[in-house]
Amino acid sequence: MIKGNFIDNLPKVYGIYTGGFLAFIIIMAIAEQMGMSAKVIGICFVAFTVAIYAIIGWLSRTAQADAYYVAGRQVPTVFNGMATAADWMSGASFVAMAGGIYFKGYGYMALLVGWTGGYVLVASLLAPYLRKFGCYTVPDFIGTRYGGNLARLLAVIVLTVASFTYVTAQINATGTIASVALDIPFQYAVYVGLVSILLCSMLGGMRGVTWTQVAQYIVLIIAYLLPVFWISNKIGAGFFPHFMLADEVARIGELEQQFGFVANSKENLAMVPKGLAGITKAHSAVNATPWAFISLALAMMMGTASLPHVMMRYFTTPSVKAARKSVGWSLFFIFLLYSSAPMLATLSKLSLMDPTLSTGIIGKSVAEVQAIDWYQNWNQANLMFISDFNGNGTVELNEFFMGGKAVVLATPEIAGLPYVISGLVAAGGMAAAMSTADGLILAIANALSHDLYYKIIDPKAETAKRLVVARVLLVVIGFAGATIAAMEIQGILGSVIWAFDFAMSGLFFPLVLGVWWKRANREGAIAGMALGLISGAGYLIWVRNGGSGFLGITQLTFGIFGSAVSLVSMVVVSLITSEPNAATQKMVDEVRVPSGRTILGKQ
Amino acid sequence: MSKQAQHWEKTRGLLMVTLAIWFVFSIGIFLFGAEMNEVTGPFGYPLTYWFTCQGSLGIFVILIFWFANRQEKIDEEFGFSERGDD
Repeated sequence: MIKGNFIDNLPKVYGIYTGGFLAFIIIMAIAEQMGMSAKVIGICFVAFTVAIYAIIGWLSRTAQADAYYVAGRQVPTVFNGMATAADWMSGASFVAMAGGIYFKGYGYMALLVGWTGGYVLVASLLAPYLRKFGCYTVPDFIGTRYGGNLARLLAVIVLTVASFTYVTAQINATGTIASVALDIPFQYAVYVGLVSILLCSMLGGMRGVTWTQVAQYIVLIIAYLLPVFWISNKIGAGFFPHFMLADEVARIGELEQQFGFVANSKENLAMVPKGLAGITKAHSAVNATPWAFISLALAMMMGTASLPHVMMRYFTTPSVKAARKSVGWSLFFIFLLYSSAPMLATLSKLSLMDPTLSTGIIGKSVAEVQAIDWYQNWNQANLMFISDFNGNGTVELNEFFMGGKAVVLATPEIAGLPYVISGLVAAGGMAAAMSTADGLILAIANALSHDLYYKIIDPKAETAKRLVVARVLLVVIGFAGATIAAMEIQGILGSVIWAFDFAMSGLFFPLVLGVWWKRANREGAIAGMALGLISGAGYLIWVRNGGSGFLGITQLTFGIFGSAVSLVSMVVVSLITSEPNAATQKMVDEVRVPSGRTILGKQ
Repeated sequence: MSKQAQHWEKTRGLLMVTLAIWFVFSIGIFLFGAEMNEVTGPFGYPLTYWFTCQGSLGIFVILIFWFANRQEKIDEEFGFSERGDD
């Protein structure tokens, strides 16, 4: 069926794969009609998709450094775009984003703007130049541009701090989904998730991760879009929700006016299970100050441009030109999901709020709602809760509570879609969390094996030995992440946002100025990374321990402070020390033009 | 001025234009979020709401492709483009 080079056949291979997955969904739907239980469908979806990823991971096994670290630098732009989108969209984007929009409205949507706007910075400031550099990892660029082991080591430290914060959240998410779908305790499910993650990346490194991420993107985008379109059509909101929900958004505004936002007393709120929230903010009105919105968006944008697991995806393209285009495709594929999240939040909220819809529960009697099947299921799963605070026997807007995850996970069931969709959504969430975890673990393990082990500790190590070290580190980091995830110390989203702040505090300016400011030197970069990371982390600790903060910088935007310190210290220290030598300046000149060989390829 | 210096000057010019457009749609317009939301935007959504859902996001996608094409033209003009790829 497939002849010739794998790369030339990519559209065909993934076309067949997509068709096969759609056929699988249809088979499951038929099986459901014939009486297959919800539990078995959930297991089939997760097991089938994970098995496919594992097969791809095995087929991509390699013993070459170039293939292991940068997928042989031959990933075409569009496919690299899909892989980056999967790499980027985490379990949090998939499961929690629509929920965040549902509960917090405008103030939360700064994340949508930030997590997309950052790609403009990636495309224009960094990706093409780092691709021209020809490095394997982000610290590889810092280490070569500025010279010296200390700069390289600091870059490895910043990368590890940022990525590790992020990866525990992803392993946590795979564990949550595996525990629900396979019906096993979370403590074990975390390790099931971890093994699935390692199956994709261990044998093939970046090559394995690239081709599984493309497969995971296809699963996650189908799993996200299909329910959104289906629900929209089912409740008659419009066949293309993105362009047709204006009336529904306006209707939610009317209902908010009609019901009113009633504040609950502390005693009443204490009865609500932890993690659940009610609708307390307007859906489409501007409910945050300009600075609160802009500072969060800005932090996320600069963080995006400094996160190594995203940047290293652009090291895999065949050329500098392809790297630029590939950023555009990445953002396009991300846009497909991000622009759908607010639509899902709107549909979910309207289905629950509107008394004229059969699914609406506000205004119904408490007893009636408590008798609904889906309410009982999700109440048992600790994701939904109603309580008759005012004792009038009807559910009011302020008496209904839901978990953030429920918007994605429960809406299909509330709208009356068959269970097969819920199974599909579980597979999509699993794909989103696995792909991001793979990218992150690989980023950390590669930095440690390439920059710390090969470049600093043992520069004479043979390829075979380097790759063994890389794989051992991959497993060790995975287990460390899973162990921390199993302790369940942070919520998914909190730690994701911190990762952006850590990355921008330490890496944004050393990376950008490395290309755009020839005068930037080693001492400046060292000061920028060290002081940026320390001041950012210090600010976070201070605010977490009751500090008041300043300029409206919160624990979610501490990177703004960290990166400002990083910029100032880097510029000042660079200027008071001697300028970089002629060889370094020449290197920067060469990085700035796309033609010619890569910088590291020459050595 | 050498060919390389001219190339870099044009590249920097393109960067400034790109970042200016980026700034307007990621930061600038949200300074007036409350006022803008009174206006009805595309497809009938409130304008600021539309920008956060689709508008800014879509503009970023277009902006990156536009930037990539312009940069390719600049590279070609000075003979710095790569041969034979994608």
